[in-house]
Amino acid sequence: MAHDLQSGPSLFGLLAEFDTPGQLLKAANKVREAGYTKTDAYSPFPIHGMPEALGIRERAVAPIVLAGGLTGLIVGYGLQYWTMVIAYPLNVGGRPHHAWVNFIPPAFETTILFAAFAAVFGMLALNGLPQPYHPVFGAKRFALATSEKFFLAIEATDPMFDAKTTRDFLSSLSSREVVELED
Amino acid sequence: MHEHQFPPGDFRAPLPVIAPGHSFRSINEKLTSIVLTRNTPLVWFIVTGIAFTFLMGLTVAIAYLLAKGIGIWGNNIPVGWAFDIINFVWWIGIGHAGTLISAILLLFKQDWRTSINRFAEAMTLFAVACAALFPLIHTGRPWLAIYWLFPYPNAMTLWPQFRSPLIWDVFAVTTYGTVSLLFWSVGLIPDMAAFRDRAVNPKLKKLFGVLSLGWRGSARHWARYEKAYLLLAGLSTPLVLSVHTVVSFDFAVSVLPGWHATIFPPYFVAGAIYAGFAMVLTLAIPIRVMFGVQDFITMRHIENMAKITLVTGLIVTYGYMSELFFGWYSANDYELFMLKNRTWFGPYAWTYWLLLICNFLVPQMLWSKRLRRNIPLVFIVCMFVNVGMWLERFVIIVTSLHRDFVPSAWEMYYPTIWDFMTLFGTIGLFTTLMFVFVRLLPMIAIFEMYTLLPQARSKPAGEEATS
Amino acid sequence: MTLADIRTRLASLEGRAYWRSLEELSDTPEFREYLHREFPAQASEFNDPAGRREFLKLMGASLALAGVSACTRQPEEKIIPYVRQPEEIIPGRPLFYATAMPLGGYAFPLLAENHMGRPTKLEGNPEHPASLGGTDLFSQTSVLTLYDPDRSRTVVGDGEVRTWGTFVNVLQAATMSRRPIKGQGLRLLTGPVTSPSLIDQIEKLLSGMPEAKWHQWDAVFGARQGGAPAALPICRFDKADVVVALDADFLGTGPGMVRYNKDFASRRRITTPETELNRLYVVEPVTTITGAKADHRLAMKARDVHGFAAALASAIGVAGLPASTAAAQVAPWLTAVAADLNKHRGRSLVVAGDTQPAAVHALARAMNEALGNVGATVTYHAPIAASPADGTASISELVADMQAGRVDVLVIFGGNPVFTAPADLNFAEALKKVTVRVHLDLYHDETAELCQWHVPEAHFLESWGDARAFDGTVSLIQPLISPLYDGRTALELLAVMNGMVESSAMDLVKDYWTRAFAGQTSTVWSLRSADGAPYASPEAFWRHALHDGFVPSTSAIAPPAAGHAAAAPARTPSSPTAAAAATAAPGAGATAGRAGGAPATPPAAAGLAAPAPAAQTGMEIIFRPDPNILDGRFANNGWLQELPKPLSKVTWDNVAYISPKTAEFFSIPIARVGNGANDVIEIRYQGRTARMPVWVLPGTADDVVVVHFGYGRRRAGRVGTGIGVDTFGLRTSKAPWFDGGAEIVRTGESYLIASTQNHFAMEGRHPVRAVDAAEYRKDPKVVAALGHEAPPKTMTLYPVFEYTGHKWGMSIDLNSCTGCGVCVAACVAENNIAVVGKDQVSRSREMHWLRVDTYFEGDPAAPAATHHQPVPCQQCETAPCEVVCPVAATVHNDEGLNDMVYNRCVGTRYCSNNCPYKVRRFNFLLYSDFHTPELMAQRNPDVTIRSRGVMEKCTYCVQRINEARIDAKTTGDPIKDGVIKTACEQACPADAIVFGNLNDPESRVVKLKQQERNYGLLEDLNTRPRTTYLAVVKNPNPEVK
Repeated sequence: MAHDLQSGPSLFGLLAEFDTPGQLLKAANKVREAGYTKTDAYSPFPIHGMPEALGIRERAVAPIVLAGGLTGLIVGYGLQYWTMVIAYPLNVGGRPHHAWVNFIPPAFETTILFAAFAAVFGMLALNGLPQPYHPVFGAKRFALATSEKFFLAIEATDPMFDAKTTRDFLSSLSSREVVELED
Repeated sequence: MHEHQFPPGDFRAPLPVIAPGHSFRSINEKLTSIVLTRNTPLVWFIVTGIAFTFLMGLTVAIAYLLAKGIGIWGNNIPVGWAFDIINFVWWIGIGHAGTLISAILLLFKQDWRTSINRFAEAMTLFAVACAALFPLIHTGRPWLAIYWLFPYPNAMTLWPQFRSPLIWDVFAVTTYGTVSLLFWSVGLIPDMAAFRDRAVNPKLKKLFGVLSLGWRGSARHWARYEKAYLLLAGLSTPLVLSVHTVVSFDFAVSVLPGWHATIFPPYFVAGAIYAGFAMVLTLAIPIRVMFGVQDFITMRHIENMAKITLVTGLIVTYGYMSELFFGWYSANDYELFMLKNRTWFGPYAWTYWLLLICNFLVPQMLWSKRLRRNIPLVFIVCMFVNVGMWLERFVIIVTSLHRDFVPSAWEMYYPTIWDFMTLFGTIGLFTTLMFVFVRLLPMIAIFEMYTLLPQARSKPAGEEATS
Repeated sequence: MTLADIRTRLASLEGRAYWRSLEELSDTPEFREYLHREFPAQASEFNDPAGRREFLKLMGASLALAGVSACTRQPEEKIIPYVRQPEEIIPGRPLFYATAMPLGGYAFPLLAENHMGRPTKLEGNPEHPASLGGTDLFSQTSVLTLYDPDRSRTVVGDGEVRTWGTFVNVLQAATMSRRPIKGQGLRLLTGPVTSPSLIDQIEKLLSGMPEAKWHQWDAVFGARQGGAPAALPICRFDKADVVVALDADFLGTGPGMVRYNKDFASRRRITTPETELNRLYVVEPVTTITGAKADHRLAMKARDVHGFAAALASAIGVAGLPASTAAAQVAPWLTAVAADLNKHRGRSLVVAGDTQPAAVHALARAMNEALGNVGATVTYHAPIAASPADGTASISELVADMQAGRVDVLVIFGGNPVFTAPADLNFAEALKKVTVRVHLDLYHDETAELCQWHVPEAHFLESWGDARAFDGTVSLIQPLISPLYDGRTALELLAVMNGMVESSAMDLVKDYWTRAFAGQTSTVWSLRSADGAPYASPEAFWRHALHDGFVPSTSAIAPPAAGHAAAAPARTPSSPTAAAAATAAPGAGATAGRAGGAPATPPAAAGLAAPAPAAQTGMEIIFRPDPNILDGRFANNGWLQELPKPLSKVTWDNVAYISPKTAEFFSIPIARVGNGANDVIEIRYQGRTARMPVWVLPGTADDVVVVHFGYGRRRAGRVGTGIGVDTFGLRTSKAPWFDGGAEIVRTGESYLIASTQNHFAMEGRHPVRAVDAAEYRKDPKVVAALGHEAPPKTMTLYPVFEYTGHKWGMSIDLNSCTGCGVCVAACVAENNIAVVGKDQVSRSREMHWLRVDTYFEGDPAAPAATHHQPVPCQQCETAPCEVVCPVAATVHNDEGLNDMVYNRCVGTRYCSNNCPYKVRRFNFLLYSDFHTPELMAQRNPDVTIRSRGVMEKCTYCVQRINEARIDAKTTGDPIKDGVIKTACEQACPADAIVFGNLNDPESRVVKLKQQERNYGLLEDLNTRPRTTYLAVVKNPNPEVK
């Protein structure tokens, strides 16, 4: 944790700005190859190959959705079985109490519903959203991250991080400029 | 990207999905300015004004309905369902294009979907809102139906009757509405962030900041976001097919000749896509002009949608034909009579032929590339389809009900002024919501538009990856 | 509350409404005086609906305030509960009392269901020979008239409210002043009268004043064309194998219709293919429900019926007839009929209709005598109603005298002559010439308007009295409730005129019968109990008679022996001595002691001498009373107004019927899609005209226009005022029933008719399956072959629900059903079914749980047959309606009933859409009347009143099933077959409907369903209906070409 105690308010990390997705991607690869791990890239749109470039592996969403779907299925069918067969069985048009054929559509719908909720809220939870503030917003030009500019951040908590060397390294990656992010 | 398969200027080369010469900045400016800076075009006020008047008509009609009862409509015995359910099915059908475009076309990697999906999803939401009105107000006692149709624990331990297609409807429509809403709002998050960063007015900045949930376009977020979005699309695809299938069960499950048909699910789904695309075109064509977004909704989009309209139209026509065939093939007296009554000597036979003109004859024009590219004409064709799809439901519901099994029970159905006020009222509601939406939110998914730019398709030097 | 309050609350209302409601509020005379100074009472009745609603609100409030709501009153006099019920009232348990409804003077015996002192439902009296448990439309619906808020509520004198006391003084003064001059200028006007005690009072009055005259008029039961028949035939249709009806609607009209239905149906209700059916030939100008049952029907102008009868008579060899031959085209038909009659000597029957002149009746009688039917299938008696039987002549005489100023005092006992009297007489004008005009009636109607004095009449359910049934059986009328509006009976008025002010109606009736018991009455009665034993004491007799509702020994046809028959001889009011003469007339087994018992039958030859009706030419106009509201007397009865009329199913209006051929001739559209607008025609007849909508009715004779009278009332009440067309303007005293020389002209106008059925062809689907007796005998499977094959019950994925214990089912015999609609009326009365009004009916939203479908078979111009089919909920075991209900508002109970849970229903109407029979009814608006307090009193407390937005339908009268089940639980023994009768079953005069337990192999319904002709409607849909039908089996004569 080589940390410059003189540099006033604690440092979150360094943010490099690029003009094109290409430059960002190249830089990201370089940064990974250099061994940095606490990195992140910010772009107006998802860039193909970026997760690989930064060594991000996303495996959490799918299982959550599956779990949601199964829950929905069980809840949906269970509700129907319990109400129609156990709680209040009625002779409806001479059909059997457990009219499984008729129970399929609602069960299907609940499956989809629960899975969809799982997908959306699972994703948000994993992303830690909503998140009112993040150090990157401190950078003046970061507002362009949703329109035309591309950013790469290396956080101070990275074992390899050193205010000086990291800044030089980033600047060498054809970045437009490198700014410090305060925590 | 297949653009490259053809030498430039080759007539076979498909039209671009985005006009050349755009940059990230230009897209961003263009689309955010519509909401943030540009003045609203006068025509917007005119259209919204008219639509709002119709909406007020709807509120009056519903208020009177609640005060007096279903009797203010033309419904009777045997025609227990009429405009109410016709409108319901019509709107639900229209509501299908949105999710279809965003979900299925996404799975098929149809990049041209990007500039229309947002707007189509919004249309879906509003169409479903209009549709969802009817299962409620068509009941004799809406104040009870509103909660008795949902399973909730109660002192009488009474539950919905899950064998009834109407309950399936409740589940299908609410699920569809909710999932469409999720899909739509998830898509909005990055664009809200874009607005946040563009907005000058601090209040707006804060508002969009909240709506964007603090989105910052992090690569990690994008990764999960894309996965979740893909899965949502995967879930919505069977959903969108299931919804109109379930709606068709309302009829297919009954014993009524003209309703009791196995062809209904596929035929209803096709009809829904048909109606949906027609409605997307009906809205896209004026709006792209109104807000000058012809660069993003190009001839390519209109043509593709016109093609889909044509194809689904043919599927629907196949549905009509197979109805006739099975009716005849069943050799069942009631079925045969129903067909004769529907197509030939029945008092409502004219609606059937009008329906064929609207849904079969007129759309055949879309075979011709020249006509397909004649935008006003496409608009008119879509209008025919909108009417035709409404008539289809009239034919199915009213014509089948008014003469069923026991001749003594046969009766005529005549709509009242209130039926029409309700129908046009929902159109007013729909248009109002739609226009308010295009004014307040990005009608085109900004972040997805970026990906259409050539400069977005960049790869690290040296690698020859294809995206 | 103070007067000021009332004034402010009333300020917005119109005249008549004030005292109507306030009279309920408070009865003090000074209060009334005050009000009548405030509001002159000549104000018209309220027609404005808004005002009407105000009126209702106010009346409801006022009743509550005054605490005099009708339903809390208890009968004051001692009446005897029906034996089935306990002596004292148990809350929630109805009591049944025997009583009778007088209609056209004749008694229609009833059992009245009484809930806590409120009569709510009327059933037929099973022991009474004139009912045997069956009823007719008018008794079923009369309970609504009882509670009609528009009934006249107070004595009115010179347009002002007066007390009964004041009126009594006036009436007595008027009568007394005539005594010295032997009653000159004093006239009584009644309808036909059979009531012994009333006749006795009238005699008493007339004997004192021989110059006074008694006139009779009844537009339906009293009007005669070509004279009254000399003798009254009483038919035994159960004994007749071949029946020929000469324009005679014996199943649909007349005092005997209930019993005649029973007897006739007993010969149509076959049990095996071998059962012998009777055969019915009908000759008539317009299809009646009798004509619809015919095996052979000949449409013929009414004026040609006499010729046909004469030809038929000579064909079967009646002596002493001028040689007459039938028209060529009917000749072969006629020969076949004659042959058939001859084949069935002594087992055949020829009946002539009341609308036909005496000559035709004479011919019919001659034929019966020639065929040896008299005594076997028909007996002839002196008229039971007091003469003059010829009402037309009687009222003509009265009007002539009034015109001549020979009438000073006219007392009108019931009826509405100003509206119903023949047009050519101009009764209204003549009436004005009378000095003292007194009118007694249920309603303050057109006649009351022109009389200085109007007295509210007591409804028969409020009054004591007696009357005789079609067969002469004396039936007692006991009140079920004390008069709601201080009504009085004719008996009371006459008592006043006879100076007996104090005596109540009960005293008068009881006194008469006490004297009769002692043999002190001018008619001598043989009063015996059912087993023929004489009663111990007058008190015992009185109790028994009240308890049974009738005196068995006075019937001409009832067992044990015709010997007890007491067809009282005719009595000419103007000369009471004639009564004695008539009683002395020689008759079989007549003795001075039992003059009442002998049928004094004038010789048949006398009738034959009667001249044939004068030849008529040109288009024939035929007058008929409206089948539901008759001459307008029931115009304010919503149930009757909304009840579909037989065959046409028209409601709320009267139409002119013409045949399809005639329609073609006048290029009037025959086809009719939905409740469209019908053409309006102008009918021109003898310089009189009427414009009315036309209805093309298959089976009507060509070149004939049939008009129903009774509509177009000007003062009927909120329901009946101003609807339909008044056709009395066309009806003259010369030709009250039919005449030539009519014209019809298309006006080009059109008029909306609300009909509950608009499609009368079966489209080859055979909802009604009809076969000929011969082919049915040959191969009973022929019935099953008519329908699609029902899928085998094993052809299902689902396990079948087993119904152990009770398993309710119903069987409806289409062969005995006549389509009269009594079942519908009974259903309405039993199940509190709402009246929706013409507009809603025209939108096809009528609420009747049970409908009677009519189908014509064959060429519309001359339909081969007409079929009726009552369609209640079929109670399907695999009910399509239940599966689609999202809230389980309609489900099966463990007895297999398709239950409807009103509280749970949200009104999606999906069940109705999915019901193949379309028997479900939806409250599209708030149809039930939750406001009118009188109507609240009428409702059946065992049945929920349905509110807006709720689906409803037939429940097999589940309230009756539950009552029986409770009884069975308390007593411990099982529910016996026949203990539960649904309202429709109970009311049906033809016993066509049978309800019972399908798990009881001995039950009637199981036996019926075992018949080969049993089939389920649309059973090919695998709905497994619990209600099934027994196919129509016609019995045509192979010789008829």
